[in-house]
Amino acid sequence: MSSTIQETQGRKGRPITDNDAQEITRIEELSYDLRIFEVMSREVFTLAPNQTIRDGLEVLRTKRISGAPVVENGDLAGVISTEDLMRALTQNDLESPIRKYMSTNVISVKSYEPVVKALETFARTNVGRLPVTNEHDQLVGMITKGDITRGVLVAIRKDYQEEEIRRYRVRHLFEDITSDRTSLILRYHIKPRDFVNGGQASSHIKRAMLRLGASAQLARQCGIAVYEAEMNLIIHTTNGGILRVQIEPHRILMQTTDDGPGIPDVNKALQPGWSTAPQEARNMGFGAGMGLVNIKSCVDKMEIFSGAGKGTRLMMEIHLRPDEKFSAAEGTEEPGI
Amino acid sequence: MTLQEIIAKLNLKVLTAPRNFSAITPRGGYASDLLSCVMAGAQPDNVWVTLQAHMNVVAVASLREVSAVIITEGAQPEADVITKANEQDVILLSASEPSYAVIGRLWKMGIQ
Repeated sequence: MSSTIQETQGRKGRPITDNDAQEITRIEELSYDLRIFEVMSREVFTLAPNQTIRDGLEVLRTKRISGAPVVENGDLAGVISTEDLMRALTQNDLESPIRKYMSTNVISVKSYEPVVKALETFARTNVGRLPVTNEHDQLVGMITKGDITRGVLVAIRKDYQEEEIRRYRVRHLFEDITSDRTSLILRYHIKPRDFVNGGQASSHIKRAMLRLGASAQLARQCGIAVYEAEMNLIIHTTNGGILRVQIEPHRILMQTTDDGPGIPDVNKALQPGWSTAPQEARNMGFGAGMGLVNIKSCVDKMEIFSGAGKGTRLMMEIHLRPDEKFSAAEGTEEPGI
Repeated sequence: MTLQEIIAKLNLKVLTAPRNFSAITPRGGYASDLLSCVMAGAQPDNVWVTLQAHMNVVAVASLREVSAVIITEGAQPEADVITKANEQDVILLSASEPSYAVIGRLWKMGIQ
């Protein structure tokens, strides 16, 4: 699939390969998450070892299956396949018991094992159907590759539907609630020097924007601006601060507020390359002196209120183009993050 | 050029969970150890070459939607960084060579 897909472009020139890769990982993940009992067929046609080959043939023919487990006193005693039955046919041995021709060396899987175990067993043994037993070795179902495909598809559809429903609900927020001015406010407390969680609030904000129906481009722009603002709180403030994002149908207001130490010369802080980041932050690759410059390039309006020994308030605003407005978000769907 | 080929040719170690790397095609690259420069300069689907190996690399890579991060000079991220990267679908690769050599080789391979 590689060459054609690599050349296929999604909307806005984005290759769709990323998404494909995500789907594939999700399938791989599901093969570990899903248990065999969740995807197996519970309706199993079994035979008893003392039934005749003729009975066996009849069951396989009418149920249109290629093999059946043989059960004795609830326990799995063997498996009979069309191949085994054909051997009996060539011997003209239709009245013999199934016991004589069944394979007793049965490969089976446990119901509580992950689906990947069944996939591995299919690949290793080349069989197409596996009996499934419980912890007491009793037969509880059968599993085929088809069952797995179906199970995975159902799980993926469920994932997808859950995210769709969530997005649908959130997206219609601005339409469903009538007021003269509706806004959604997200607040995050950012702790000083909390580098480990740095960027978390920005990620949450970006996801919220996408769920509200923002375009990928708009969500990215907000993500960059709030990331830089969030990191400023972590790197520079004495006591951390509040990151506040106010989403309205026609604009996004982002704001950080802290109580010090303040910026003595705001104009200097706005110069590209100017930084007062401490060594600890510089060692981690912060302090390029590009934070405010980056923010400026992502927003329509930026204002800083500060002074030495005072707190700092950074205000950022993005005006939404008519096609970006949240109330008109229908049809601007973008793949998520 | 798929990520699979890049991993093989540059002999990179995959630090995060295995994926179908042959379905991922990076488009161009970006190199910097300064995170704000990456935020400003990296494009979605770039490979990002850096010496940094700490938690914030994951946040920047995820927000910037780069296709993979190549951490150079064998710098080893902490386990919680790798866990976070897996959660956020960020691919972390490790190169034993320094950034200069890695970038040179990527350029020669046509990642430009």
